[in-house]
Amino acid sequence: MKRPELVCPAGTPAALRTAVEAGADAVYCGFQNATNARNFPGLNFTPEEMQASVAHAHEHGTKVLLAVNTFPTAGRFNLWREAVDMGAKFGVDAFIVADIGVADYVKRTYPNIRLHLSVQAAASSPEAIRYYAREFGVKRVVLPRILTVPEIKKLAGEIPCEIETFIFGNHGLMVEGRCSLTNYVTGLSTNMDGVCSPAADVHYDKQPDGSVTTRLADFTIDSFAPDEQAGYPTICKGRYNAPNRPDAYYAFEEPISLNLSGLLPALIEAGVDAFKIEGRQRSRAYVKSAVSAFRKAVDSILAGQEPELADLLALTEGQKQTEGAFKTKKWR
Amino acid sequence: MQSLTLGPIIYHWKPEERRDFYARIADEAPVGTVYLGEVICSKRTPYFEGDYPEIIERLERGGKQVVLSSLSEVVLKREREMLAAICDTEGHEIEINNTAGLLDVAERPHRVGPLMNIYNEETMRYLAGKGATHFSLPVELPAAVVGEMAKAAKDLGVGVEVQVFGRASLAVSARCYHARAHCRTKDNCQFVCEEDPDGMPLKTVTGQSFLTINGIQTLSHSYVNLAGETDEMQAMGVTHFRLLPQRVDMVAVARVFADRISGAIDAGEADARLAMLAMPAPFSNGFWHGQQGRRQFGPKVA
Amino acid sequence: MHDAATPPAARPGLTRFLPPMPLFLLQPILKRIVARVARENPSLFNRLGPHKTARFVIDPLGLPFGLLLIPNPEALTFRAFHRRAEPESDARIGGKFLDLMGLLDGGADGDALFFSRDLDVTGNTEAVVCLRNALDDVEGSIAESVAGMFGPPGRATLAGLRRMAAKKGDHA
Repeated sequence: MKRPELVCPAGTPAALRTAVEAGADAVYCGFQNATNARNFPGLNFTPEEMQASVAHAHEHGTKVLLAVNTFPTAGRFNLWREAVDMGAKFGVDAFIVADIGVADYVKRTYPNIRLHLSVQAAASSPEAIRYYAREFGVKRVVLPRILTVPEIKKLAGEIPCEIETFIFGNHGLMVEGRCSLTNYVTGLSTNMDGVCSPAADVHYDKQPDGSVTTRLADFTIDSFAPDEQAGYPTICKGRYNAPNRPDAYYAFEEPISLNLSGLLPALIEAGVDAFKIEGRQRSRAYVKSAVSAFRKAVDSILAGQEPELADLLALTEGQKQTEGAFKTKKWR
Repeated sequence: MQSLTLGPIIYHWKPEERRDFYARIADEAPVGTVYLGEVICSKRTPYFEGDYPEIIERLERGGKQVVLSSLSEVVLKREREMLAAICDTEGHEIEINNTAGLLDVAERPHRVGPLMNIYNEETMRYLAGKGATHFSLPVELPAAVVGEMAKAAKDLGVGVEVQVFGRASLAVSARCYHARAHCRTKDNCQFVCEEDPDGMPLKTVTGQSFLTINGIQTLSHSYVNLAGETDEMQAMGVTHFRLLPQRVDMVAVARVFADRISGAIDAGEADARLAMLAMPAPFSNGFWHGQQGRRQFGPKVA
Repeated sequence: MHDAATPPAARPGLTRFLPPMPLFLLQPILKRIVARVARENPSLFNRLGPHKTARFVIDPLGLPFGLLLIPNPEALTFRAFHRRAEPESDARIGGKFLDLMGLLDGGADGDALFFSRDLDVTGNTEAVVCLRNALDDVEGSIAESVAGMFGPPGRATLAGLRRMAAKKGDHA
C-alpha cells in the first residue's frame, strides 16, 4: 500500500512546530504578504522565521512546501519572484503555485525544486493537469474538492504526476482561483491579495433579542437565532432569499467542514499520494488535534488496522461535517 | 465599430430567443465581433447548438466576425469532449476559458477568455509565445493593472479586451445553484435556469439586492458599466471592448458604446442614453477603480 | 446566551474560588504579567502590526471585573476595571474565564470556540483575529508562564482551573 504524505497547515512558526511534533510529513506555509492565499492579519512568516522554520522542520524530517499561490498582478510580479527566491535560498522542498507566470519563473530559475500545482489553479481535468505537467514540470496537483473517489481513481491513471487531496477543514464551494465575491464586496481580492472575507470587514451585530446578524462590509451574510451555531460571514456560506425561496436558505452551502476520515482507505486505494489538512488560519490547538488524529488514522490503515477516528467535530465550522463531492455526485 | 465585441450569452435563453437575438445583432448592432458558444453549462447545448450554423451564417452576413467560446468548467467527459470539439473546429477563431483547452491548441492561434486567470504580463507573454493572440482580461482587474497588461500586449502584438457592460462574473462552481434553489441536483436540474433569462436574484436576509445566480455561475447583481472609462482605456491601449448580453435592448446598448468609443458622445451623454433603457439593475464600476466591485464611481473619482 | 441582567456575583462557579479582590491590588499583578509576556515574546508585537494600539476589552463572564488591554510596546496597558466603568474600546471579547484562559493556554481553538458561540466578539474583528493569531504564535503556555510568576500557589491555582476546564469539557 502506498504511504500517503500527510500535508499540514502552518500559519505561524509555533503552528509549524506543533504540526511537526504531531507527525506531519510535510507542512505548507507562506510569507506575510499577498503572495499566498491566506494573507490574514497576524498570520504567516517573516523571512527570518521562514528560514528558522525550514531548518527546524528538516531537522525533524518534515518537508516544507511554500505556498506562493496567488496571482501576481502586472507591475507587482517582483514580490512573487522574491518569495520564490527566498524559498529557494531557505531550502524549501517544493513551491505550491497557481499562476502560469510564477510557474514558468520557478521552472526556469529553480528547475531542481519541485513544483506543486495549487488548488487555486483549479486544474480539474486530465487535460488541464497534463498541461501544467508538460509545460512546467509540475510534480503534484492539489485537486479541487469537486471529484468523487471513483473519479479521482480514474484521473490518477490519466495524469503523469502525484495527486494531493484535501481531507479535512474548510469546504470551499467556489472553484478556487475563480472567485471574486470578496472583492465585489470589500475591494480586496482573493486572487490578487490572498484574502477571503477579510476580518476588517466582518461585523457581528448583536440584536436586542440575543440573535446575531453577521455582515461582510455592507452586506448581511446571515442571521443567527440566540441559540443557533454562528458561522464566520463567508459569502458562500451565507443565507439568502431567492424568488422561490421566501425563507432564507443556504444558497451555496451551509457552514460545514470537510472531513474525509471515513474515506481515507478508499482514497489511498484510488492512488492519492498526499492528504492535505486545510487551516493555516486556525490555531495551534486545531493543528495539534487534526494532525494527531489523521497521523494516527493513516498509520493504522497502513498497518492494516481499522482506523480509530478521533472526534474532530468540535473543530469544524458550524460543528457540521461532510464528505462533500468525494462521496457522491449528488453534491453537485 | 471593429473594437466593440459582444460576449457569449451566458444565461439559458430559449432557442428561438437566441435566434431572434442574433438576427437583430447581425442586422443592427454596431459590433465587430460576436463570441458564440456555451460557456457555463454543458447540459444546455443540445437545445440550441443545432442552430449555430445558421446563426453564424447570419452574423457573418451582417459583417461580424464570429469567435467560438468554450466552457469555463471542464470536469466531466461530456465537457472534455465539448472542449475538444471546439478546439478542432476549423474556419473560426476560438476562445479558451479553461486551462484544459491549452493542452492541444499550441499549434493554432487562439484567444484567451475572461474566465482564465491572466493577471500579469508574464503569464500573458508565456501564453502569447504559445499561440495566444488575444486576451480578454478578468473582470476584477483595476485600471492600473489593465494599463500594464495593455502595454505588454502592444509589445507582444496581441489584442487586449475589457468587459465594459453587463454583470460581472464573480465565481463559478462545480455545483449548480439554480438546481439547489429548487432542491434539485445538477444531474437532475430539469433546466430550471431557463426560468431566469437574466439570472436568478439573491437578496440578503435584510432585503439587499446582492448577487445573481446563473447555474454554476455567480454574478453581480449590478451591471458593470464602463462607458465613462473608455477614453482612459483607449489611451492605455485596450484594443477591444466587450458587451455581455443581458435582458435589455442590447442593440441600443451597443450603439451607445459605439458612439462613445468613436468619440461621438461624451460620458455624460452615454450615461443619459443608458439611463433611458430602463436597466433592471444599478450600474457598478468599482473593480476598474480598484475598489469594491459593487460600487459606482462618478467621472471625478479615480 | 450571555445573561447581562444577572449580577456577576450571583453567577455560580468561579466567583466562589476567587474571592473578590480590590482592583487596586490586582493592577500591579496584571502589569507584571503583561510586562513579562511582552519581554519574553517580542515577535508578538510584529504580528500585531497596526493593531498594537488597539484597545481590547476582555470580558470574562463570571468575574466581577473586565480587563483592558492595549498591546502597545511603547505604552503597554493591561488593567482591570469595574463593570460599571467600562472604558472605550476598539474591540470586545467576551467569554467564560476558562475559555478565555484556554485561548491563552494554546489548548483551545479560537475558531472552534467562536463557531460554538462560546466567544463573543464585537467591534474591530480584524484586530481580534490579529491578536488571536499573534498570541497563538507564543510558544508554550502563557498561562503557565504567568502562573510560574507566583510560585507554587500560582501553579496550584492554575492546575485547579485547568481541572475545572477539563471537567467542563467532559460535560459539554
